[in-house]
Amino acid sequence: MAHIFFDHNSTTALKPEVLESMLPFLVEQHGNATSRHAYGRTARAAIEHAREQVADAVNAHPSQVIFTASGTEANNFAVHGITSNLCHGQILTSAVEHPCVSRPALAMQSRGWRAIDIAVNIDCKLDMHHLHNLLLTPTNLVSVMLANNETGVIQDLAAVADLAIQHKAFVHTDAVQGLGKIPVDFAGLNVHAMTVSSHKIGGPLGAGALILDKRLDIQPLLYGGGQERGLRSGTENLAAIVGFGVACELAIKNLNAFAAHTQSLRDFCEAGLLKLGAHLFANHANRIPNTSFFAFPNIDGETLVMALDRKGFAVASGSACSSDTKEPSHVLLAMGIDADLARGAVRVSFGLSNTMEQIQQFLAALGNELARLRNLTAMSA
Amino acid sequence: MSERQPIYLDYSATTPVDPRVAEKMIPFITEHFGNPASRSHPFGWTAEKAVEIAREEVAKLVGADPREIVWTSGATESNNLAIKGAANFYAATKGKHILTIATEHKAVIDTVRELERVGFTATYLQPEPNGLVDLAKFKAAIQPDTVLASVMLVNNEIGVIQDIEALGNICRENNVVFHVDAAQATGKVAINLEKLPVDLMSFSAHKTYGPKGVGALYVRRKPRIRIEAQMHGGGHERGMRSGTLATHQIVGMGEAFRIAREEMEFENARIRKLRDKLLHGLQTIEETYVNGDLEHRIPHNLNISFNYVEGESLIMAVKDIAVSSGSACTSASLEPSYVLRALGRNDELAHSSIRFSIGRFTTEADVDYTIELMKSKIGKLRELSPLWEMFKDGIDLSKVQWAAH
Repeated sequence: MAHIFFDHNSTTALKPEVLESMLPFLVEQHGNATSRHAYGRTARAAIEHAREQVADAVNAHPSQVIFTASGTEANNFAVHGITSNLCHGQILTSAVEHPCVSRPALAMQSRGWRAIDIAVNIDCKLDMHHLHNLLLTPTNLVSVMLANNETGVIQDLAAVADLAIQHKAFVHTDAVQGLGKIPVDFAGLNVHAMTVSSHKIGGPLGAGALILDKRLDIQPLLYGGGQERGLRSGTENLAAIVGFGVACELAIKNLNAFAAHTQSLRDFCEAGLLKLGAHLFANHANRIPNTSFFAFPNIDGETLVMALDRKGFAVASGSACSSDTKEPSHVLLAMGIDADLARGAVRVSFGLSNTMEQIQQFLAALGNELARLRNLTAMSA
Repeated sequence: MSERQPIYLDYSATTPVDPRVAEKMIPFITEHFGNPASRSHPFGWTAEKAVEIAREEVAKLVGADPREIVWTSGATESNNLAIKGAANFYAATKGKHILTIATEHKAVIDTVRELERVGFTATYLQPEPNGLVDLAKFKAAIQPDTVLASVMLVNNEIGVIQDIEALGNICRENNVVFHVDAAQATGKVAINLEKLPVDLMSFSAHKTYGPKGVGALYVRRKPRIRIEAQMHGGGHERGMRSGTLATHQIVGMGEAFRIAREEMEFENARIRKLRDKLLHGLQTIEETYVNGDLEHRIPHNLNISFNYVEGESLIMAVKDIAVSSGSACTSASLEPSYVLRALGRNDELAHSSIRFSIGRFTTEADVDYTIELMKSKIGKLRELSPLWEMFKDGIDLSKVQWAAH
């Protein structure tokens, strides 16, 4: 059975143009970019070209792009690196951050920092009043994601940055779920650091970047050969970086088409979900166009996800990274959603390859599965 | 891009991906693109299964249990994770002194320096002039508060092989955690972690015909070694290393290590013949010095200093072959190799050194060409060298009083 993939926020298929750009660098053009011979120089030129492509996609200067192995690494680098050079103080992260922002912040607690959550409202929007109050205590770093991976809600990062900078805090944003789905403007948002990732935009796994205001005195996460201006040691993952660059270029070229297409799929899907009795999360907030997060009361999300999988639909019950755990989504709990309802949460996230017909099939299959599961529940009650 | 590709003799900087490895990787870039942490659909399961098969292959090459293998983005990250992770975890119980060797890779040296910055102390033990560590000196350098020792199995610049078993036993006797950087060793020397007294070992894929951007850290289970995670997030790799796994790269590393296991014996014999031929050819040039012990050395490496030749002109003159002067990771700087300096080589000899590293795709014709090229280029450079002329006239250059400018 061919599977229909509705889980594009977890990872998305590599674009053919991206693969084509990568292949020569896997086999023939295999140099180490630090080497000074022709192989090394070819590798170096390819990396610098990709750096320009990434910079263009986020309105930054190429010299502001530090390549990492993943979004997770870039987030760890930002939180750890920005605070390490400062006197112990306070780190503020939104209560709905991805664990690769919130956990490094928590880890800094053992070294004397305070890590505090900034509250969000029922629509997953950051509580600016709470942020303001927290900033009255001297703060080193504020990290708020541009778009949430589960609900898709977009935060007003420019306003967050304004407020934080007024209070002399550095600002980092995890823009992994924003890139390719909404315009991402590093200079315009006026943040100090921003994380982006390759495999969420049709690039390969294995590349990410931290976009960095160079005035920032940041401590590396990895020490060694001194690559990436000494900020990220380790032989550059040449093929992945080349692919990331091309994926960035394509993501920007396709941005409007992606938004129009996935938004129409989502609108259609959500209308159908409502008819089936779904509770939609944060659907009144400004969201990235491809994401819908919902639950059916009294239906366990994990069970529903497995049932849909058997019918050929790949969807998620929360972020993939926490698919291992049975805890309800920390995002929904932070939004004040009841834990029972939160246990029912299912996320669908669409891509350019999805079609209206697939949504129709999905809604039909979902209707059947819901009826079956409700019957089972009624029988056991 | 139109420049002719030189002959590649820089396999210690990075290796091409073996075509068999690339073939295994490509389906995982295109069709099976799932996130291995996605538990709810087969896209994730297929990826996870492939990751676990690769983990077994990596474990098999080094005699480990698959559960002892933690994926990383490369040996640099493995070294950082091992050293910072173990030092921080055991500092409170064992102490804050770290013992390492002056000829380690920068990923080890600079990580230890960073730990010094946050309150650890460190000893950078000098090796013997042949590049090997003296066991008695190593033992004497261990202090009551030594928490961790880090020694590389194979040196990246001179290819010498350290006696890891003996060093590990000294660490065991003194209750010191022992980390080994084996990035340059896989597929070149046999490694059996069932027998070796090693607690942590770093691996890289792209030095063994796998892709760049993936590596692994071996973390011993019996007796169990604990490390503090350096990267936090989704709790991947049993909490030791978070971050979405690059499935295709891991698959590539597994396949590369499988090929290494099956072919290293035959391959090393072939490479040794080529290296010996290269060595004998180059030794016909006067005033050449092999750096590092020739016996305790991988067959792939030849590091030679050409006396009375200026380093930079040498590199420019031999651009038809791709080689390194010093390690690739530091060749952006004009500092003479710190590894050769640690062996007691003077600046001139360190500057005029070339590392030839031979690998899977090197042919006998490549070696013949290289020998002829070196003979002719060194000859020409020396014709232009006043120092060579003085040497030929029998003047002892070390006794010359140079006028200051």
